[in-house]
Amino acid sequence: MKRLALLISALSAIFIVATAANDTRGVNDTAITADGYPAHLSDYAFFTDLKARTPAARVMAYHLNTPLFSDYAEKYRYLYVPAGQTARYEPDAVIDLPVGAALIKFFGYEQNGAYKPLETRVLLHRASGWVAIPYVWNADGSDADLKRAGTRIPVTFTDPSGQRQSISYAVPNQNQCRECHGLDNVLTPIGPKIRNLNDGRQLQAMLAAHMLDRLPADAPRSVAWDDPKVPLEERARAYLESNCAHCHNPRGAASNSGLFLDWKESDSVTRGLLKRPVAAGRGSGGRDFDIDPGKPDDSIILYRMTSTEPGVAMPELGRSLPHAEALALIRQWIAGMPPAGTDTH
Amino acid sequence: MNRAMTLATALGALAICIAAPATAKTITVAPGADAQSRLQEALLDAQPGDVVQIAAGRYDLTDGLSLDTAKVTIQGAGADKTILNFKNQQGAGEGLLVTAADVVMKDFAVEDTKGDGIKSKGADRVVYKGLRVEWTGGPKTTNGAYGIYPVSSTDVLVDSCIVKGASDAGIYVGQSETIIVRNSIASGNVAGIEIENSRHADVYHNIASHNAGGILVFDLPNLPKMGGGDVRVFENVASDNDTPNFAPKGNIVASVPTGTGVLVMANENVLVTKNALGGNGTANVMIASYRNAFTDPRYNPYPRHITVAGNQQGKAGFAPAFPGAEQLKAAMGGTLPPILWDGAGDSAGISVNDNVPVLSLGLAQGAPMETAKPVPVDLSKNAAGPEPAKVVLPESMEMAAK
Repeated sequence: MKRLALLISALSAIFIVATAANDTRGVNDTAITADGYPAHLSDYAFFTDLKARTPAARVMAYHLNTPLFSDYAEKYRYLYVPAGQTARYEPDAVIDLPVGAALIKFFGYEQNGAYKPLETRVLLHRASGWVAIPYVWNADGSDADLKRAGTRIPVTFTDPSGQRQSISYAVPNQNQCRECHGLDNVLTPIGPKIRNLNDGRQLQAMLAAHMLDRLPADAPRSVAWDDPKVPLEERARAYLESNCAHCHNPRGAASNSGLFLDWKESDSVTRGLLKRPVAAGRGSGGRDFDIDPGKPDDSIILYRMTSTEPGVAMPELGRSLPHAEALALIRQWIAGMPPAGTDTH
Repeated sequence: MNRAMTLATALGALAICIAAPATAKTITVAPGADAQSRLQEALLDAQPGDVVQIAAGRYDLTDGLSLDTAKVTIQGAGADKTILNFKNQQGAGEGLLVTAADVVMKDFAVEDTKGDGIKSKGADRVVYKGLRVEWTGGPKTTNGAYGIYPVSSTDVLVDSCIVKGASDAGIYVGQSETIIVRNSIASGNVAGIEIENSRHADVYHNIASHNAGGILVFDLPNLPKMGGGDVRVFENVASDNDTPNFAPKGNIVASVPTGTGVLVMANENVLVTKNALGGNGTANVMIASYRNAFTDPRYNPYPRHITVAGNQQGKAGFAPAFPGAEQLKAAMGGTLPPILWDGAGDSAGISVNDNVPVLSLGLAQGAPMETAKPVPVDLSKNAAGPEPAKVVLPESMEMAAK
């Protein structure tokens, strides 16, 4: 009888929590935490005005020092931490977001002078783990609809160099989200690492908003890949970290390649220098090494970053255009390396 | 009390609902418009125990498909009837990607993918049965690398599959444990069947013909999983491997001489027995060390405990295709012996009893082929290595492959 009473009180507690969540005027917490896939982006109420992207309470915009390239898409990122909770500071990893938290990311292009989102991806932290769900914007731009199987959207836009580009923009299917977001095949956020968030302002703002538990003065800070004041090597490695290392790490989708591009990797062969490919197939482009020091044109990494052909192109997902500015950076970096056989000591 | 009982019963029922899997269902997909999203939705909707049934017909796909739910079966209507065509693929590194355990793929075809055909990674107890993966334009450097590509997995079964045209290996099992590849046909690939950086593999009752190399057992440095070995290659046909090597340079298989029947490189405890070998212009069997420079201290580049015995040895060595082979051929009177050993490392661990001559190329590890100092060797007196144990897969996999 005592156990039953306990059970009943436990059940009512759950009921009360659920009711409380429904009563908040902000984000719809149940949409985040309950099983299933809400049909529309608006169902979450992450924004008080979705079209204008006016964040609801405890939804905060953020940016990354060195972001992932996504076909020049203009991206807007937001994170949500439920009331009364905080993200935990992690010096070497993604901030530890509590169950009930969410990450929201808009992908779009400027069209006729105004930003037009094509898709919005949400990452939801449920009790069972993280869930990734893609939403595709409707024709009148009033809301975005659930699209678990992904799709393609033709789009024409002007890239930063002023050139017009027409592409078939790929919205990933839900499993493809996991290809990049999987660590040991467990879905996890990639972007909001302390080092990549740390710009001297936004972590302080998170702390002040009681969304982050602490912020040591010596929090690591990664460089902006396009900051000309930063040494080349650091910029190149920051770019590879943000664009490659989510798969190319010992726990990622490309673990079997043995090519690891995370900033912590210290072994030069493992980082690609004079490393022969293992499963590259025609991705080798007739080249012998991932990175052939001093020889960018003999380096597989540059070949695959340049190609737009499936089976060759890297990353495998989310890129149908070469990132010209980054290619210049990687080229310059490899060209400046002492060639193999040169003793630098 | 009565109410308490009712509540208890209700809770009990709830518990059962949670514990017992929902009844397995079959999700059927038919050909027609929007095949990409209908197929992908079925693969997303499938729950453990479900079958995704792909009806006969041709499915024109534009992007990679993927399955990330355990215990799902993808069932076609036959390798010539259910055809997933990727000729117009615009994205993804493979046609179909599987990243969950206990997945069974049966009776369908994957054609003309831009990258690999079917890849399963970290997918334990995967079954590939009765599949066809083919690049329909024949051997081309622009074809995808691997046809059937299980990697980083424990318990892998490839049974009764056909793979043609892969620009690397038709059937490639990498960095895995406990593997059976059987009853399959690989032709027109650079490598027919390749077991790489893997332990405990049985490769039997396959036909590997008209590739550049028939069956390869490799171990490479600088990979998370190394130390390949305990491989038995038996009762296969590895014949007429005469397709000029068309692998893109830079890949290890680009160095496989056209006309190689079975090639064992590095590895330990490999048994090559009772195979029908012949018509291989370079050699029926080649035993070699890793030929490139390496710095990985964990890596052993030499073949150790390799046993070649009781194979049927047909014509070989009539068109050797490695640097310096022409002079060597002339010096040897027009043909090379059917079994070649590169000569690097210790011969004591290599036992050959096939009643045919064996030629050592007298190469040091990493030395270029042009520096060969060939000399006939008798390896028949060397003690045979310990026979690798028979590979036994979980019964559930054998049942699924019936």
